[in-house]
Amino acid sequence: MTDLEIVSRLPQDERMLLMPLVRTTPIFWRWAAVMAATTLWGAFAYSQQLRNGLGVTGLNTPEYWGIYIICFVFFIGISHAGTLISAILRVANAEWRRSITRSAEFITVLVIGFGAVQPILDLGRPDRVLNVVLHAQPFSPLLWDVLSIGLYFTASSIYLYVPMIPDLARIRDLGLRPRLLYWFLAIGYRDTKQARETLERIIGVLAVMVIPIAVSVHTVIGWIFALTLRPMWHSAIFGPYFVIGAIFSGIAALIIAMAILRRVYDLGAYFKDVHFNNMGLLLLVTTVLWFYFTFAEHLTVWYGGEEAELATLYSKLTGSFAVPFWLMVACCFFVPFGLMARRATRNVTGTTVASVAVVLGMWLERYNIVVPTSLHPRGGMATLHYVPSWVELSIMAGTFSGFVLVYMVATKFFPIVSIWEIQEGREKSVEEVSERVAAYLPDDVAAVAS
Amino acid sequence: MARWGMVIDLDRCNGCQACEVACRSENNVAVGGPQAASENRTISWMRVETQVEGEWPDVRARFVPQPCMHCDRPPCTLVCPVQATSIDHEGIVNQIYARCIGCRYCANACPYTVKFFNWRRPAYPESVLPGLNPDVSVRPVGVVEKCTFCHHRLQKARDAARAEKRPLREEDYVPACAESCPTGAIVFGDLDDPGHRVAQLSRDPRAFRLEERLGTQPKVYYLAEQD
Repeated sequence: MTDLEIVSRLPQDERMLLMPLVRTTPIFWRWAAVMAATTLWGAFAYSQQLRNGLGVTGLNTPEYWGIYIICFVFFIGISHAGTLISAILRVANAEWRRSITRSAEFITVLVIGFGAVQPILDLGRPDRVLNVVLHAQPFSPLLWDVLSIGLYFTASSIYLYVPMIPDLARIRDLGLRPRLLYWFLAIGYRDTKQARETLERIIGVLAVMVIPIAVSVHTVIGWIFALTLRPMWHSAIFGPYFVIGAIFSGIAALIIAMAILRRVYDLGAYFKDVHFNNMGLLLLVTTVLWFYFTFAEHLTVWYGGEEAELATLYSKLTGSFAVPFWLMVACCFFVPFGLMARRATRNVTGTTVASVAVVLGMWLERYNIVVPTSLHPRGGMATLHYVPSWVELSIMAGTFSGFVLVYMVATKFFPIVSIWEIQEGREKSVEEVSERVAAYLPDDVAAVAS
Repeated sequence: MARWGMVIDLDRCNGCQACEVACRSENNVAVGGPQAASENRTISWMRVETQVEGEWPDVRARFVPQPCMHCDRPPCTLVCPVQATSIDHEGIVNQIYARCIGCRYCANACPYTVKFFNWRRPAYPESVLPGLNPDVSVRPVGVVEKCTFCHHRLQKARDAARAEKRPLREEDYVPACAESCPTGAIVFGDLDDPGHRVAQLSRDPRAFRLEERLGTQPKVYYLAEQD
């Protein structure tokens, strides 16, 4: 019996969710080829940079940081999709989370590497990157960053893996190929009542632990900028502002991933309208929070009226960065707010459109943080506008496609929706939720007294 | 212990840029040529900034030579992840080119924009090659460099003084920019030695420092112009 036949005979949840593992369409191969080609092109561009130095970029003095640092903040921001959102939903006992946590956690683990590699792409001497360990200087925010991203990657990987064990064990028992991989990853798990209880206890602890780690990651990234004395970087709001921005773009990325998975793997029964509606509500909340933070930040700078700060601020509001700035405001606030505030547009199409706008807008937000400040040093020296070179743009495209590629491959080896959690939802949750609601209701005073 | 510093009299500076040229040849600063200039990638450890005030015919040009400020509280050393830049016990902010990973965090943290990155492999015209200074290492591509107060001259001066069994004199250690200034606008020495001219000039009522309110405590003082 082939793997396809085995899976075809299973009951609905297992059949539908394991199908992508055993059946691959030509469209998948076509997209994978496009992504692989783009990634290779990015790798070629990087080889040019390795050979000739950072002179092949559009960077200059004082525009020291550009696309790579923007993408660094952007990708690490996207990585907040998974772990943080999934952990918060788990801790909050949100029952609708069951079909979306796995796809979210995969985003985190797979994108974080592409984010973490960006500062290395940005180095003038990538051959000396080990100096960060050999000559570590504990007061450098960059070192804190290495530590917090390392910790976040480790914690997220564990947090992805542990809740996947029962599914891996099930795949092992079904005998799907590659058998050795599933046998190894399932680490001898037997799905008994006791094993399940232990597992859930571990997941509960992990979910609580990863939340502060995730918050620390983007806080420290904000501090890389905030701890310098540069106009419009040196701001106490940056830590929390970056965390909110990260969750915001993370939610948007997750919605896009859900919409694509739903379509290509025919998972409409698992990613339902209610999921998009609820994610849309989360997106709405973070849209408003993002607006609040952005407004507070810019008002403070404007009202304070310090000369160097104003030069940067006005370059964004009315100067040479007005287009990226107002496009960002449109993409991060008006589009998502307009669509998500209405129930009628909180459907699959509406949330996806809003999410694409938010992802674009959040990339622009990082551009608007990194570049205008760089071009306005306190000395007021002559500056040249930053135009990214083909090398930088190719590497950025390669990073995007590299992430999409590994995500596509991951869906071919692991069920992208947690099977056992769906089954548990069917078997236990309805009862549990009824009990929980009953517990919220006022007690019968007469019965308690007696 | 000395605390090396500089005083630049803006009244005396006539913008001739001799200091820039002297620094360039003393420290083997790469010659980027027109390409680097058009890309804003020129390296210039000493930079004479020109500020033009007023409108024609009532115009006034002011020249402000800017080396590294060698701050007593340098924002650049704090952020370096590999300690490739640090302040030594005599107040000179140094750079370790062989350790720098080229992240340019220090260059971004510096409020004076006096740290420069080697975007390309350093190049020199044929005519410059025989004149390269053997006392100063040539920087590789991909690292940050900046003014060092010509501290190789300090090492030489100290060796000479030790050989002659005498203390270091004020005139023994002078950076190339100060040495070359035709109007004597740049004065260099020990800010903590009351016998040195810099110590006296830095207490002059005209003395000020750039971006003083940032609290970086630069050791390069300027004497304001008198009208």
